[in-house]
Amino acid sequence: METEKISLGTQLFGYQLDNPIIPASGTFGFGYEFADYYDINILGSISLKGTTKEARYGNPLPRIAECPSGMINAIGLQNPGVEKVRTEELSKLKRYYSKKVIANVGGHSFEEYVYVSSAFNDSESVLAVELNVSCPNVKGGGLVFGNDPEVLGRLVKEVKKSCTKPLIVKLSPNVKDISEMAISAESNGADAISAINTLLGMRIDLKTRKPVISVGKGGYSGKGVFPVAVKMVNDIFKAVSIPIIGMGGISSSYDVIEMMMAGARCVMVGTANLIDPYACKEIIEELPITMKKLGICNLSEIVGCASI
Amino acid sequence: MKKEVLKVLSNEKLTETIFEMRLSGSSPMLPGQFVELLIPGFSLRRPFSVAEYDKGILTIIYKVMGRGTEEMTTIKKNTKIDTLTGLGRGFSLSGSEHPLLIGGGIGIAPLIYLARVLYEREKSVKILLCGRCNNDLIKQEEIGKYGEVFFATDDGSCGFKGNALEAAQSLFKQTDHYYACGPMPMLKALATNNKKGELSLEAHMGCGFGACMGCSIQTTDGPKRVCKEGPVFQAGEVIF
Ligand SMILES: Cc1cc2nc3c(=O)[nH]c(=O)nc-3n(C[C@H](O)[C@H](O)[C@H](O)COP(=O)(O)OP(=O)(O)OC[C@H]3O[C@@H](n4cnc5c(N)ncnc54)[C@H](O)[C@@H]3O)c2cc1C
Ligand SMILES: Cc1cc2nc3c(=O)[nH]c(=O)nc-3n(C[C@H](O)[C@H](O)[C@H](O)COP(=O)(O)O)c2cc1C
Ligand code: FES
Repeated sequence: METEKISLGTQLFGYQLDNPIIPASGTFGFGYEFADYYDINILGSISLKGTTKEARYGNPLPRIAECPSGMINAIGLQNPGVEKVRTEELSKLKRYYSKKVIANVGGHSFEEYVYVSSAFNDSESVLAVELNVSCPNVKGGGLVFGNDPEVLGRLVKEVKKSCTKPLIVKLSPNVKDISEMAISAESNGADAISAINTLLGMRIDLKTRKPVISVGKGGYSGKGVFPVAVKMVNDIFKAVSIPIIGMGGISSSYDVIEMMMAGARCVMVGTANLIDPYACKEIIEELPITMKKLGICNLSEIVGCASI
Repeated sequence: MKKEVLKVLSNEKLTETIFEMRLSGSSPMLPGQFVELLIPGFSLRRPFSVAEYDKGILTIIYKVMGRGTEEMTTIKKNTKIDTLTGLGRGFSLSGSEHPLLIGGGIGIAPLIYLARVLYEREKSVKILLCGRCNNDLIKQEEIGKYGEVFFATDDGSCGFKGNALEAAQSLFKQTDHYYACGPMPMLKALATNNKKGELSLEAHMGCGFGACMGCSIQTTDGPKRVCKEGPVFQAGEVIF
């Protein structure tokens, strides 16, 4: 097989993505700072930092704890607020990135989710809104929405009434049955599912005998969560028919292919960007070579092929 | 920021817990900037200030604090280390003819390079080295080449007996600008007392180059990232 015949392209909501690689929300800022390192136009799309109605500072430091195969974060949704994101951050990004992006939305109430997600209705460069219903960092926030299929369904329904962009619902892994959540999102109008967000975790400083993270716990991500994510993406694939964006611990082109075989149409790469700022670029460059090795011409042929 | 593979030229013990590592192949670094080393077996990079830089050769001085820095002490000459160089914004190098440099403990490390650059720019440099005891006051001789050095120790084993702020009081009168690096309580005490200076801060980092918001502090000008807008901040802007 010749490398030229290999196609990385994929479609999401009728929009052509040059490849299925998308930096995950919270690990790529608002994108433009990475333009100092490489031409970010090679990316399939970009999921922006989680955005709320008002500006937020987030949690006190330390917000980061190392784990043997990843990290724990408790950023607490630091962002400049939706107005600034819409007007300033998106236009800064437009100078470096000519494709469409995904706006990631967080919230602490139904009203806030509805407000923030519909604030992007007229933003031309926004391909879709990704609803973070699972941020485990914010007190009284994410956990509630993402943990109960009934509440989640109601939230999706409410948001769909006023948000005109395609809606991606990003699921939490910290639930009893993730397929139940996916079904609830789909039946209430979600256009796609992304999964997984971070797993709840905690590290203890052996000298101070206290948690490393200021607020105690945080969200675990990185290589160590990969097998958990593959299984959950496959569970979701078997439960719904809308597209799935798979993520959790992806750090190589091999991981991308495995995640797609589990059922993902595209993938997001998170923590890997933090350890190696060139991670997405390297994965995109590796992908056709790995596909060739494995005899894959077209990525769409492998989506969900591993389901039994 | 650059991702580079640096080669270890040496990795030597300075005191019981403090080591000096010299690495070759680094892009230019300014005083106050930092690097992040990926230590095999650890998932996050470790940040270290540049203690000296000359023609591609970078020196860091590190204190053994936990498992990562413990592992670093075993790194042999010629080992290749995946490194991010040129991180953060360093100290301002102009604006003061009579700068005072205040280093507490391992916070002395970045002041060595700073002192040399200021000395080469013909500033009249004063340097205050602070620690718990004489053993903490590393690189006395080297720093002595670049200016007038003063010492302060908690136990009085070297120089003034007392803390950095007490020792700095009389020196503040002879300077128009200070640069400080050291433990948070020391920086807070200095900044509360005197706003005409710059502080080099530390924070646990997810990335080191501005992507994760893991290191954001609060300032009078809104949140700022230690790794990107810092690690050097104006003494007056940091909200402790
Ligand atoms: C900008 C900057 C410059 C620094 N310069 C120096 C220097 O020149 N010399 C020196 O000895 N030390 C310096 N430090 C501190 C040094 O990074 C930590 O001591 C080191 O990361 C500890 O690693 P460990 O694995 O031994 O400790 P562990 O406690 O086992 O580390 C666990 C995790 O916490 C992080 N961590 C722990 N303490 C700190 C800390 N104080 N700051 C940041 N992250 C921490 C580690 O990086 C790691 O991810 C600097 C820190 C920053 C942010
Ligand atoms: C520092 C950090 C910040 C994050 N912030 C967000 C966020 O704002 N919104 C969101 O939906 N997910 C956020 N996430 C979760 C990631 O987008 C991703 O779902 C998760 O980290 C798993 O992927 P990974 O293992 O590749 O990192 C964050 C993750 C990290 C590490
Ligand atoms: S450590 Fe990631 S933004 Fe500073």
